[in-house]
Amino acid sequence: MSLLSTSRNTLQLTRLIMRRDRIRIPLWLIGITFFTLIVPVAYEEMYGSDQERQGMAETMGNPAMTAMVGPGNLENYTVGAMTSHQMLLLTAVVVGLMNILLVNRHTRVDEEEGRIELIRSLPVGRMANVNATMLILAITNILLALINGFGLYALGIESMNLEGSLLYGAALGGAGIVFAGITAVFAQLSESSRGAAGYSIAVLLIAYLIRAVGDVSNETLSMISPLGWVSKTEAYWNNNWWPVLLMLGVSVIIFIFAGYLNSIRDLGAGFFPARLGRTNASAFLQSPLGHALRLQRGGIIAWAIAMLVLGLSYGSVMGDLEVFFSDNDMIAEILVQEEGFTLTEQFIPMLMMVMGILGAVPPVMAMLKIYGEEKKNRLEQILASSVSRTKLLASYFLIAVVNGFIMVSLSAIGLWAAGTAVMDEPFYFDKVYGAGIVYYPATLVLIGLAVLLIGYLPKFSSFVWLYLFYSFIVLYLGGMLDLPEWLGRMSPYGYIPQLPVEDMEWMPIVILSIIAAVLIIAGFIGYNRRDMEG
Amino acid sequence: MSILKTEGLTKKFGKFTALDGINIEVKPGEVYGFIGPNGAGKSTTIRILLGILKATDGRAEIFGEDVWKQAVELHKRIAYVPGDVNLWPNLTGGEVIDLFTKLRGGNNKNKREELIEKFKLDPTKKCRTYSKGNRQKVALVSAFSSDADLYILDEPTSGLDPLMEQVFQEMVKDVKKEGKSVLLSSHILSEVEKLCDSVGIIREGKIIESGSLEAMRHLTRTHILVKTKNSIPSLENYQGVHEVERTEQGISMQVDTEEMDAVMKHISESGILKLESAPPTLEDLFMRHYEHKAETGAGGES
Ligand SMILES: Nc1ncnc2c1ncn2[C@@H]1O[C@H](COP(=O)(O)OP(=O)(O)OP(=O)(O)O)[C@@H](O)[C@H]1O
Ligand SMILES: [Mg+2]
Repeated sequence: MSLLSTSRNTLQLTRLIMRRDRIRIPLWLIGITFFTLIVPVAYEEMYGSDQERQGMAETMGNPAMTAMVGPGNLENYTVGAMTSHQMLLLTAVVVGLMNILLVNRHTRVDEEEGRIELIRSLPVGRMANVNATMLILAITNILLALINGFGLYALGIESMNLEGSLLYGAALGGAGIVFAGITAVFAQLSESSRGAAGYSIAVLLIAYLIRAVGDVSNETLSMISPLGWVSKTEAYWNNNWWPVLLMLGVSVIIFIFAGYLNSIRDLGAGFFPARLGRTNASAFLQSPLGHALRLQRGGIIAWAIAMLVLGLSYGSVMGDLEVFFSDNDMIAEILVQEEGFTLTEQFIPMLMMVMGILGAVPPVMAMLKIYGEEKKNRLEQILASSVSRTKLLASYFLIAVVNGFIMVSLSAIGLWAAGTAVMDEPFYFDKVYGAGIVYYPATLVLIGLAVLLIGYLPKFSSFVWLYLFYSFIVLYLGGMLDLPEWLGRMSPYGYIPQLPVEDMEWMPIVILSIIAAVLIIAGFIGYNRRDMEG
Repeated sequence: MSILKTEGLTKKFGKFTALDGINIEVKPGEVYGFIGPNGAGKSTTIRILLGILKATDGRAEIFGEDVWKQAVELHKRIAYVPGDVNLWPNLTGGEVIDLFTKLRGGNNKNKREELIEKFKLDPTKKCRTYSKGNRQKVALVSAFSSDADLYILDEPTSGLDPLMEQVFQEMVKDVKKEGKSVLLSSHILSEVEKLCDSVGIIREGKIIESGSLEAMRHLTRTHILVKTKNSIPSLENYQGVHEVERTEQGISMQVDTEEMDAVMKHISESGILKLESAPPTLEDLFMRHYEHKAETGAGGES
């Protein structure tokens, strides 16, 4: 069969996707562009002088920061260099996530829901849907690249010339297209949409970690990570275009591979083997708690591994950090702020903040799962049996709460364990663990907010993601941008004491716990009163 | 020439053989009933016919063309309705129907309006809010407003109310009148009986019976209700007599068509007072095949 006929009606399906995502895609683009543009403006305000910028460069120039944001042009730390150093990689991760979610939505999700079957019964080519999805994502990423590129240039900041700006945008778009392709491949390989999203996000995370380790210790290692290529563009500095070409070339190959897989497989099938399950439900599975846990088992395990690996990766940088400080007396002098802490310990709060907030993702997912099930009409049958709504909600709640505790614990343990292995002067366990677990009450507030929304305004329950994202951005950037304090105080994470550098404060912990409890109780009440959707 | 023909169609999912040498044939202007128990392989066969699944072995042709290689071209002349219709939650029913029409490349506005009217569908509602039956109507309107030559329907009425079911049956009769062919898979046997000229019964991936409904009836049993002066000796064990039940109205039984003559002679010796006979329903036919396994199992004991 000719390529023409396997692609027949691609344009019609492209139009369908546009119609379905006419709000979703613009929102993503606006959100990402907003963050890209606001940061250099803030830098320009705050770090007006060379001296201030060079001071910033010194605090950024250590292995821990390199692991987190990648390499940068620290010798000539202009506003442009600062932006590409501190923002480009992080934004590329967000762009990657956008691509994963959008591609999955139009490929595996649609297939799982049986919509592709209807489409395929019409005179539509076998590959038309994959092609249409790729076309849309290509357009989306190109738009993203252009808007961000020209947007940055339009800010009129001296160190941000046209070439660097366009390259910055192109690096984002290029990373996006690569992850669109990767997701398209997993949408063929995996047998479910959850699997496709899960594997793709895992690749995103692994790509980030590989380049973290690579940037600190081994340049060539970073070269196998698409996110490593993003840093290699060195926008506003050496302006390398080859990584963008590399990303485009790789994407084309991945796209073709995805299309090929799509054309040889059965609709609904994957390439990863699906196992048969058990004939009978175990006694545990028959309880609502067991049932809810069984549904999420795979995802929870994957996240637990991810959090542990993240902790281990950050921890493994600590050895380099220690050596770095002992070799650089001058920097060590600048950084000394608090008595009684080693220099490396000062990086714990920053790393913990990232892991604490990231560790809130799986519990929030676990909590929102109950609404996902409701929308798919799967709760009706359970509620029609003798399970009360309170008990059902409590099951998901319990999983979320325990899940949150495990996630933050694992990342802290990982950080400590790897740190201990590589450092001459290892951390004390309780210091590291305490610095991590102190974020738990804030996560409880997030879970509480999820429960509240599920109880009253389930349609808006994804708002929790926005809030979590907000918390991350504000706190992550807060330090660098010197954002007004109230912005951070809008997030529960803004109240958490920065252990071990700051002293422990119990007051915020108690208050956050009370707030969480109130939200949760209110949510339970609401959940018992409202209509079930379906 | 046949409209649709499979030969030795086989489909394996891993080690599991879902279809094992299926032969079916739909002739021009014919409505072909495709029936069989759950999991027998009806939907799998249909998906292969639509080029959505690839057959492991065997041949499947529609209008004389290979269903996998010529899928796109063939689909211009085929309309399909699945039993479980899932649509895009934030599109309206009307938008979906138009989308399908566009993808098909045709344009039949009048037919569309007429069908929407007939099925009492509100095309302005978002698909998210449609009930199962209403989603099915969207697929039905889209299928029947097209100018297809072959209609492939997989349990198309599983969510329709009896009134709508009737509308559906009229649609099928209409397209049949126009000389078009229909492959109808259904669990509603009365529907199949009313609409179909030929029937294929599939079980565990094999066609176990096929042919015109008339011919099939001949192969099977007739219902007999009889009242006699004297009791009939050794009726239960008489060859060709099944499922004897003694009720107030008389003795009801089923008699194999080929043994009818002998059985009648035997019964008449007891002096017939009343005799009613009814042709076998499709349900009888079907039950006989469904229960085949159970029967042979029990046969050993009796
Ligand atoms: N993708 C698949 N992977 C593995 N097995 C499958 C797959 N699709 C179908 N099967 C199996 O093939 C067999 C036939 O399924 P099919 O859906 O064709 O049955 P059906 O006759 O349509 O049943 P129903 O009347 O319930 O609709 C079943 O045993 C089913 O479990
Ligand atoms: Mg079926």
